[in-house]
Amino acid sequence: MANLKALSYDLRKNIVDMIVEGKGGHIGGDMSVVDTLIALYFGTMNIGPENQDDPLRDRFVMSKGHCVEALYAVLAAKGFFPIEEVIQNFSKFGSKYIGHPNNKLPGIEMNSGSLGHGLPVSVGMALAGKMDGKDYRVYTVMGDGELAEGSVWEGAMAAAHYKLDNLCAAVDRNRLQISGNTEDVMAHDDLHERFRSFGWNVIDVKDGNDVDQLIVAFAEAKDVKGKPTVVIANTIKGCGSAVMEDKAAWHHKVPTAEEYEQIMKDFAERKEAL
Amino acid sequence: MNKIPNRQAICEVLMEKVKEDKDIVVLCSDSRGSASLAPFAQAHPENFIETGIAEQNLVSIAAGLAKCGKKPFAASPACFLSTRSYEQCKVDVSYSNTNVTLIGISGGVSYGALGMSHHSAQDIAAMSAIPNMRVYLPSDRFQTAKLIEALLEDEKPAYVRVGRNPVEDIYTEENCPFEMDKATVLCEGTDVVLIACGEMVRPAYEASQILKEKGISATVLDMYCVKPLDRDGILKAVQNAKLVVTVEEHAPFGGMGSMVCQTVSANCPKKVVNLALPDAPVITGASKEVFDHYGLNAEGIAKTVEENL
Repeated sequence: MANLKALSYDLRKNIVDMIVEGKGGHIGGDMSVVDTLIALYFGTMNIGPENQDDPLRDRFVMSKGHCVEALYAVLAAKGFFPIEEVIQNFSKFGSKYIGHPNNKLPGIEMNSGSLGHGLPVSVGMALAGKMDGKDYRVYTVMGDGELAEGSVWEGAMAAAHYKLDNLCAAVDRNRLQISGNTEDVMAHDDLHERFRSFGWNVIDVKDGNDVDQLIVAFAEAKDVKGKPTVVIANTIKGCGSAVMEDKAAWHHKVPTAEEYEQIMKDFAERKEAL
Repeated sequence: MNKIPNRQAICEVLMEKVKEDKDIVVLCSDSRGSASLAPFAQAHPENFIETGIAEQNLVSIAAGLAKCGKKPFAASPACFLSTRSYEQCKVDVSYSNTNVTLIGISGGVSYGALGMSHHSAQDIAAMSAIPNMRVYLPSDRFQTAKLIEALLEDEKPAYVRVGRNPVEDIYTEENCPFEMDKATVLCEGTDVVLIACGEMVRPAYEASQILKEKGISATVLDMYCVKPLDRDGILKAVQNAKLVVTVEEHAPFGGMGSMVCQTVSANCPKKVVNLALPDAPVITGASKEVFDHYGLNAEGIAKTVEENL
């Protein structure tokens, strides 16, 4: 899957360009979650522009909606809309490419942005699949800071209660949120145990920025019966360039011209080293 | 006296319709009994989802179901559905434009002496402020049934508030004029226009009878469609009237009365008096006692008209 790893650096470049052009965006989380999105859209889900209205398509809900730039980059790479159009218009006056998912755009099922909604909504989608005997799967990606929202756990409870093995959640475990380390803000270190105690199957992905490892995890989740699965992707916020990596300040930051140059250089070098 | 509450009328329609439409799904948050939906849950378990006491989850799950082609009716006490789940109503239902019908049961002060936590006197204001959300307060069981049948025909979000107790019939099975998003004219007069919604329609109608005996003629509008408000119906009715009185089981701000004031003042300015619950926790008592205390009854409405004409 070397091509997907190479793709991740191309998409990282698109994301940074989007944020520079739109003068804002959640760059750190975009960099940590983009590999999960690539693994889902290019190695897991049966979804693309060709089957976007098919009732049997897999469903995806971007629960951490603030990282919409990463989603735009991946959807554009799948052919839902042209990347140039996104970069030129992101966050601009009157644009349809707004700073959180907008389901008037092709490929986006639900609007989000308010945290803690993606999992409960996905529970509804998975229940509908079970009721209709359709074997599509439902995926959602949450941030780790987001897990402080009580509604996440309402959804987690219901997903296990209804034995939704057609539902797979991923947690972008980058350990940083806007105010700092997640363990200082609201600790989640026993995350695996929490999900297990709620009746979930838990898969830990050691390097959540490795597309290969993620694809293996999502494939494994498909075989688990009788319970939902959560894939905990241990990621690095700002992954791709030392300028941004593991720095809470890059939760929402626009690179300066100098930083931009260094970030692009880092992306190119890492892509080259693959 | 009618013994069938509006919530039961909803259940009866859904029980009937689900036989031919398997996409109808009813969701409750440990509220199937309060919502009169236990018979539905029992007869159609495959079309019923229990979320437990988790109103936020109730609404989000309903939105997810709708997005996958289902026609969910999410029923929960109006007090919790409208404010605890407000974020989910706004984002997952309205903003994402999902075909969810939110059923707020035991609305207004139905729960009487249980206190402010159980009263929903803010739901009209809250729900009406959300773009793409429609707000309905049907008056009796026959109109409630017609409304639910109409909502099954479209795919847009809606919030419906009904009370806990049976209310006296206004219409009959044979004679229940209903046009979607058009107020029903109960009687026509020249002096005053009474505009009411939900449980307040019956006392407003009775007030018109009291006033008639005193030589004051009133038009009464059953404004079950609070949003979209029937603007044309209001303007037609108030055109030649001397006074407009609105009556609602809601806080005095942001409800149907406020919306009528906006419409009348911009298009046909004249005196509008809003009768509503106070801007305070309401007095302890059964809902009828509460209504009587605040003049939200036939006598109180008639008195307000006389004082303001």
